[in-house]
Amino acid sequence: MRAKGNSWNEYQKFIADDDYYYGRSCIRQNFFPGSEKAFLDIMHNDLGKNFFDDPKHSSCTGIGYHSDVVPLETTMTVVARQFSLMNESGLENFTTSCITSFGIYTEILETWKEFPETEEKTRENLYKATGREFTIPKCMAHTSDVMYHFRREIGERAKHRLINVQTGEPLKVVDHIGCHYAKIFPKAGVGGSEFPYVLAGMVEEWGGECVDYPERRHCCGFGFRNYLVQANRGYSIANSHKKLESMAPYKPDFIVANCPGCSMFLDRWQYTIAEMEGTTYGENGHGIPVLTYEEMAGLVLGYDPWALGMQMHQVNVEPLLDKMGIDYDPAAKYLGKNGKYIGKPASAVVNCAPIDTIYDMKQ
Amino acid sequence: MKRVIIIGGGVAGMQTALHLRTQGIEPLIIEKEAELGGKLRGWHVLFPSFTPADEILTALRSRIKQQNIGVRTSTEVKSFTSRSVTLSTGETLACDSVVMSTGFTLFDARLKEEYGYGIYDNVYTSVDIERMLNEGKVAMKDGSRPKRIAFLHCVGSRDEKVGQHHCSKVCCITGVKQAMEMKKLFPDADVFNFYMDIRMFGPGYEEMYREAQIKYNIHFVRGRISEAGETFEGRIQIKAEDTLTGRPLRMSVDMLVLLVGMRANDDNASLAAGAHLLQSPSGFMQPRDLFLNNMKSNTEGIFYAGAVTSPKNIGETLNEACTAADAVANYLSE
Amino acid sequence: MAAINFGFSISKPRAINMDLNNLNKSDEILHEMPELQSCIGCGACTAVCTAGNLTEFNFRRVHTLVRRGEYQGAYEEMNKCMLCGKCRLVCPRGINTRGVVMLLKRKLGDF
Repeated sequence: MRAKGNSWNEYQKFIADDDYYYGRSCIRQNFFPGSEKAFLDIMHNDLGKNFFDDPKHSSCTGIGYHSDVVPLETTMTVVARQFSLMNESGLENFTTSCITSFGIYTEILETWKEFPETEEKTRENLYKATGREFTIPKCMAHTSDVMYHFRREIGERAKHRLINVQTGEPLKVVDHIGCHYAKIFPKAGVGGSEFPYVLAGMVEEWGGECVDYPERRHCCGFGFRNYLVQANRGYSIANSHKKLESMAPYKPDFIVANCPGCSMFLDRWQYTIAEMEGTTYGENGHGIPVLTYEEMAGLVLGYDPWALGMQMHQVNVEPLLDKMGIDYDPAAKYLGKNGKYIGKPASAVVNCAPIDTIYDMKQ
Repeated sequence: MKRVIIIGGGVAGMQTALHLRTQGIEPLIIEKEAELGGKLRGWHVLFPSFTPADEILTALRSRIKQQNIGVRTSTEVKSFTSRSVTLSTGETLACDSVVMSTGFTLFDARLKEEYGYGIYDNVYTSVDIERMLNEGKVAMKDGSRPKRIAFLHCVGSRDEKVGQHHCSKVCCITGVKQAMEMKKLFPDADVFNFYMDIRMFGPGYEEMYREAQIKYNIHFVRGRISEAGETFEGRIQIKAEDTLTGRPLRMSVDMLVLLVGMRANDDNASLAAGAHLLQSPSGFMQPRDLFLNNMKSNTEGIFYAGAVTSPKNIGETLNEACTAADAVANYLSE
Repeated sequence: MAAINFGFSISKPRAINMDLNNLNKSDEILHEMPELQSCIGCGACTAVCTAGNLTEFNFRRVHTLVRRGEYQGAYEEMNKCMLCGKCRLVCPRGINTRGVVMLLKRKLGDF
């Protein structure tokens, strides 16, 4: 969400133009399996950029760190190893697909700056454990920063815009930013922490319109140790519930998020809330589709929604595809890469729609 | 006749000039704005007596005129020493002593972006409210009458996040005064003041606070608003902790008023460098000491009056100006 | 509905929601005893409270909650007061605290 007259509008963090070492997320490939591939495809094939997807790269340990099972010294050493791998591949710019990782990297870089003895200790630990050395990246960007950086180039190649083809109106989009993107260091994000512009910049460039709702800045409730324990999940879901209640009056066409946990929770908790309370927040009894920014960019560039992995969403995305005028094959939704049936989820309250919707007519 | 240049023609500068004149000294006021009066211009009435600000300004300005005191308006000072003042035009004026009474700068509420000033229509500053009171038109953006109003104390004061560690002193009582004014205009409205500490330092202030509570039924909630957002209906949703009950608290209001603090002028640094003056950590000018020499700078022949050294109310500023004039007179007779 | 047992439910918000709370009772109370609004939260009443030293009873907190429209449980809380009057002796704002206890009991029996 960008605000007029905001003091951050003149600030732009450094985002390199090309040649990145690509850091994957631990969990995204399970929840939104096509997103990381879509990012690399867009960068390689559509924009002709150099991103190195390194099989040797590991978890940043963020999940373990935030669940109190990995000590900070270990996390620092693992992060140092990623930087060493980046050096080894001859690259100087680091981009990560996960917000937790991005938070871990930015926080560790700042810690090393503030307390140089911790960097020295990390160098020693890494050398003892692996014989490796490392240099600090010139650019530390989240992959949503990179996508934002190329939003004009993507816009120029757009096959579909974020516009309702039936009404000609811009689609109304809720842009949700992961907490560890800019709440730790506002300067590490595009637009600071109160009015981050990273997703809004893409949405606006591609024809959509962002919705500012009262709980826009509220956390989705992911929080690691707060949802890992089943007994704590009531607190976790209550946060998403609060956000959905707050955004519903604005009738958003979809939610876009830049954090693995947020996209997952805002999507899956809609299912849970619907099953528990019978409440859905979208049109015609549907939930509100939740997209990753790679999926959003992929749709704009004309990628097939099933190739983007959008059949794995809990909230069906078809109503949105229809609004955008995207041609898709309903019969192919649950066919995998090789045409093999991958199974179909049971019907859910969050997806039950009256029969008069375009989606159901098509089915 | 000895000549003293007074930089800044607000309340402090005018009062200093008047008192120098009674001691047979020739003052010259240099004011960067087009007219004298400083920040008091645009203020409506003064706490705790509800005295119109205009009354004070008119009295001071007419005395300046009667006494034939030299005034140069729309004139900016680039640098100075105790014996000369250089203007931004390059012109240099000789003098025997200088009084720095350049006052303060109002905190820019947009920097606390979480409150949405300049972003959401119904978020105002205390300065906006004074202006609206002066114009006789206090209303929400769309012209309707507010039913619920929240004031937030300490915006740009006591806040490390915006580099303002100091207390601006007068915002608490301004909040009480404006809350009462709002309640007078909108008797049916609920008015809430969100405060951190209530600092009623002046004569009659505590009594005024008590009156606001008992007679005006203004709700005082101890807790800082953490963020403001606009609701679907265009109201402002705020969140705070009601620290005295230990519970988070939220509500939507029709108007959110930010009580903006006083900060040091940006050009204090360059002026200080030219005249070898010391600044306190808050950026305000640092007097030689806080007791017997609190109107003197650390440089001989340069004096301070008013809020240039720290946030002050009008009464204190007027008194301080007299003391500064005395200190200048003593210096010139030595 | 609720065919699935998730093993948890959606937590209810703890926040005092002034958009939902009805302030009519609170206004009535403050109209009868405007001085209650002048409480500065010093806690002297609770410090000397006979009941508060032995139970969870916190006179200051309860009447503050009542002023925010949180009435539930206030009546029961006030029943813990022994009406000894020490709080009224120490109140720097001169609030008739015993009177407040009786007023809350009279007004909030239904909550």
